[in-house]
Amino acid sequence: MKITRRSVLGTAAAAAAAGALPSQPARAANKKLTIGVCSDFSGPYSDIGGETSVACVRQALQDFGAANKGYDITVIQGDHQNKPDVGAGLARQWFDNGVDLLIDVPNSAVALAIAGVAAEKNKTYINSNAGTTLLTGAKCNAQTIHWTYDTYMLAHSTGGAMVAAGGKKWFFITANYAFGQLLRDQTSAVVKAAGGTVVGDVDYPFPQTTDFSSYLVQAQSAGANVLGLANAGKDTVNSIKQAHQFGITQSGMTIAGLLIFLNDIHGIGLETAQGLVLTESFYWNLNERTRAFTKRVLPKTPANYPSMGHAGCYSGTMHFLKAVDKIGVDAAASGAAVVTQMKSMPTDDDAFGHCSIREDGRFMCPSFLFRVKKPGQSSIPWDYYDLVHTTPADQTFQPMATEGCPLVKA
Amino acid sequence: MNFGFTKAQSIGLMLMVLAIILAPFFFYPIVVMQVMCYAVFAMGANLLMGSLGLLSLGQAAYFGLGGYITGYLVQSLGLTPELGIIAAALGAGALGTLFGWLVIRRQTIYFAMITLALAEIVYFFAVQATRFTGGENGIQGIPRGALFGVLPLANDRAMYALVAVIFLACFLFVHRIMHSPFGQVVKAIRENEPRAISLGYKVEQYKWVAFILAAMLAGIAGGTKAMVMGIETLSDVGSAASGLVVLMVLLGGIGTIFGPLIGALIVVAMQYYLAPFGAWVIVIQGVIFVACVLVFRRGVIGELAVRLKTAL
Amino acid sequence: MLMIFGKPLPLLFGQLLLGIINGSFYAMLSMGLAIIFGLLRIINFAHGALFMVGAFVTWGLLTYLSLDFWWALFLAPVIVGAFGLLLERTLIRRIYKLDILYGLLLTFGLALILQGGFTNYFGSSGVSYNAPDALSGVVNLGFMYLPVYRGFVIFAAILVCGATWFLIEKTRLGALLRAATANPGLVQSFGVNVPRLIALTFAFGVGLAGLAGVLAAPLYSVNPNMGSDLINTVFAVVVIGGMGSIGGAILSGFALGIIEGFTDVFYPPGSAVVVFVVMAIVLLARPAGLFGKLA
Repeated sequence: MKITRRSVLGTAAAAAAAGALPSQPARAANKKLTIGVCSDFSGPYSDIGGETSVACVRQALQDFGAANKGYDITVIQGDHQNKPDVGAGLARQWFDNGVDLLIDVPNSAVALAIAGVAAEKNKTYINSNAGTTLLTGAKCNAQTIHWTYDTYMLAHSTGGAMVAAGGKKWFFITANYAFGQLLRDQTSAVVKAAGGTVVGDVDYPFPQTTDFSSYLVQAQSAGANVLGLANAGKDTVNSIKQAHQFGITQSGMTIAGLLIFLNDIHGIGLETAQGLVLTESFYWNLNERTRAFTKRVLPKTPANYPSMGHAGCYSGTMHFLKAVDKIGVDAAASGAAVVTQMKSMPTDDDAFGHCSIREDGRFMCPSFLFRVKKPGQSSIPWDYYDLVHTTPADQTFQPMATEGCPLVKA
Repeated sequence: MNFGFTKAQSIGLMLMVLAIILAPFFFYPIVVMQVMCYAVFAMGANLLMGSLGLLSLGQAAYFGLGGYITGYLVQSLGLTPELGIIAAALGAGALGTLFGWLVIRRQTIYFAMITLALAEIVYFFAVQATRFTGGENGIQGIPRGALFGVLPLANDRAMYALVAVIFLACFLFVHRIMHSPFGQVVKAIRENEPRAISLGYKVEQYKWVAFILAAMLAGIAGGTKAMVMGIETLSDVGSAASGLVVLMVLLGGIGTIFGPLIGALIVVAMQYYLAPFGAWVIVIQGVIFVACVLVFRRGVIGELAVRLKTAL
Repeated sequence: MLMIFGKPLPLLFGQLLLGIINGSFYAMLSMGLAIIFGLLRIINFAHGALFMVGAFVTWGLLTYLSLDFWWALFLAPVIVGAFGLLLERTLIRRIYKLDILYGLLLTFGLALILQGGFTNYFGSSGVSYNAPDALSGVVNLGFMYLPVYRGFVIFAAILVCGATWFLIEKTRLGALLRAATANPGLVQSFGVNVPRLIALTFAFGVGLAGLAGVLAAPLYSVNPNMGSDLINTVFAVVVIGGMGSIGGAILSGFALGIIEGFTDVFYPPGSAVVVFVVMAIVLLARPAGLFGKLA
């Protein structure tokens, strides 16, 4: 028998919010808003989401000047524990009790579950940390905006780069849930389109797997020259560390971490991670604006630098506030109204610069292919990346026509 | 219909009905509905533990299966809710019949371990049968639909009424069973099994039936909960849920009739109010287990019953 | 390349080796469980949590006291064993007279307390711990690359299991233990302090779990769920071997690790559940397990 954190019932996790929620917000009078950060606070995605996401949301409030503009905004947080039922229950309870924006949500399975609840309750939902393209595809809706990145971006950028560099025989180690499977499928498509082959694939139980040794041994014996990791967060960190223990690179394979965040590199260490190629849409040391944003937010999260998911929380919240400013707090009770407004305005912030939101809810930003520096090359803390290639926004994401989003008129 | 309620139990019943009627005005209806679903689940486990002294560590198999059956039928095949829940009861009952036949002859420890193993096997199937269960993603967006095709359940109040009716029906059913000739034999088996055998009762068959009933109740609970929450995932089939229901029965009072409800109420309320404290919920659940075993073996209702010198 | 059932031989050997490694942990943990059940008639559901505590103590010794792995190999089991002694004195002692299932429930509650406490403090993903330098690195065996540390684990596990088995079956102390299991009253009348013997036995069994935790720390990430992830499987192993049989526990542990490893090759999704299928089959055929006796 095991009772893990996962046994906590869905509605329960919202109790943190229950105390702080206004039961009948007197909205127009004093411009009250509530923002809920639903994330993974203690599991494999706690570093790429978690407390740093909350810090970035608060930074957005500060940079927007919410207090000066007369807004009274409460920020609450809840842990979805990587369980769709916990996340959906949380979202249901939050929306029933007056939360105006639900943001973050790493873990694609939870992300999709919450999208359904957001549509049912007509409340605004910005997903900043999950990968599934379904959020702007078959499962898109009028209340959801998909920020930061998606699996298509990763498959084409990292996947494409690895194939171009000679990686023709792939073996996938896949986290066995929505995100991992989708990432593997989309990357396989890229590999095959470029003339490569997929020689093997193994799906492991998520999120409880910490030992990848058996999958690594299988990869080695399958004769692949690329080890494709269709996973994220601490799973990726463990896979890469163990791959080195098993001499994967010595046996002639290169490691393709299809989704790697800056925080993962920090966990792996430059010694082991050097040379890895990855794709993010934000890097704190990329330009003057990103450096300025990072400098402002760091005091709130000194032990963990922001990576793209966190930056997306910042950017998404900023844009949300600008939209609400335009249509008014009363109108913001309708998620569809807010999202329509957000789609009609171009975005601009220090994290992503000038970007836009497409009709299907896809946030359009450029993506960057980075290579991890060698230990000697890194001079300041968390300075881990060299920029290899920039893909402009309109090529980064899947064309709307092929996505199958019901909102998009053919 | 003589249900065999004592005076204290009748008062308890009236209080319970009153509480159920008033609760949605004071508490979030979804949470109260969850309490009632888990109470039905616990009633089944209580039947096994209280009447027969059998500790099953795998009741979640039936709970989760019921939820998946209802979720799948209602969402993918468009069945009306009551058919979905009936199907859950039948499906869970069928599984209980099969598993019961496998385990019923085992002795205490081995009984517990086999039920654990069987539940793990069911969990494995739940992960693999993605077309039916959705695997790690679960079945999402289960519509409430319309009861009997005419009464829409999307409104939480309407759904609450249905859940309350289901709960009370199960409650009365269990109590009726325990006061029937069947229930008398079961009690005799509990008190002195060799004697019951010597009197000619086919003890194993009685245990088997009790096992099936427990599975059906779990299935009804799971199916109803799936309709309430609109989502059904692996956590309802896992050993966590099996452990949780044992906690509810233990805390409420093994063998009492109000025990399951009180146990479910305390456990669910605790998780709800203590959630801000993160994993402290688990720590406190552990403390309650330890306390119940060491000093509080009769559970809440059991202690109350002893104080009032009556059966509850 | 030679293929057996469609799988290349090197892969089968590789999985066999990995299976033996997992089996090492199963064997060590189930041995401790069998000892505790054999003498105390307690089903120690907290065994997995104590294994986890052993791993965390190992990490703590390095982080706070700068004591490395080799120190931890000796200190951690002692610390965990002492903790076990405390548990026995305060809690376990009170339930000897109760129905055996209450012991299960009590230790299950203990496991929750430990697991929840560590999760609160460390998060569910835990901390990382690296193998000592002397044991890091990789050996190319031809059919697979074997990390040196994993080879060490196999060696250490066989040593520990063998030594414990010898202790219980072949020494006077072990004989005393076995006698006390069979007839505590008689043994006590010979002047042996049976309660103390019981307490020390519990501490020893728990210490074994702690030792397994030390060995596991560099392998799996040190996280609060590492025990609960294992405990169901370990129980199945003990049941398969026969609940009081130490030799049975060791053999079943290694055997099931190997079976799991092969299942991982031929039918990967089944590797988590094959243990339970085997247990169900064994129990249906031999209700007391392979080497056990019905009490």
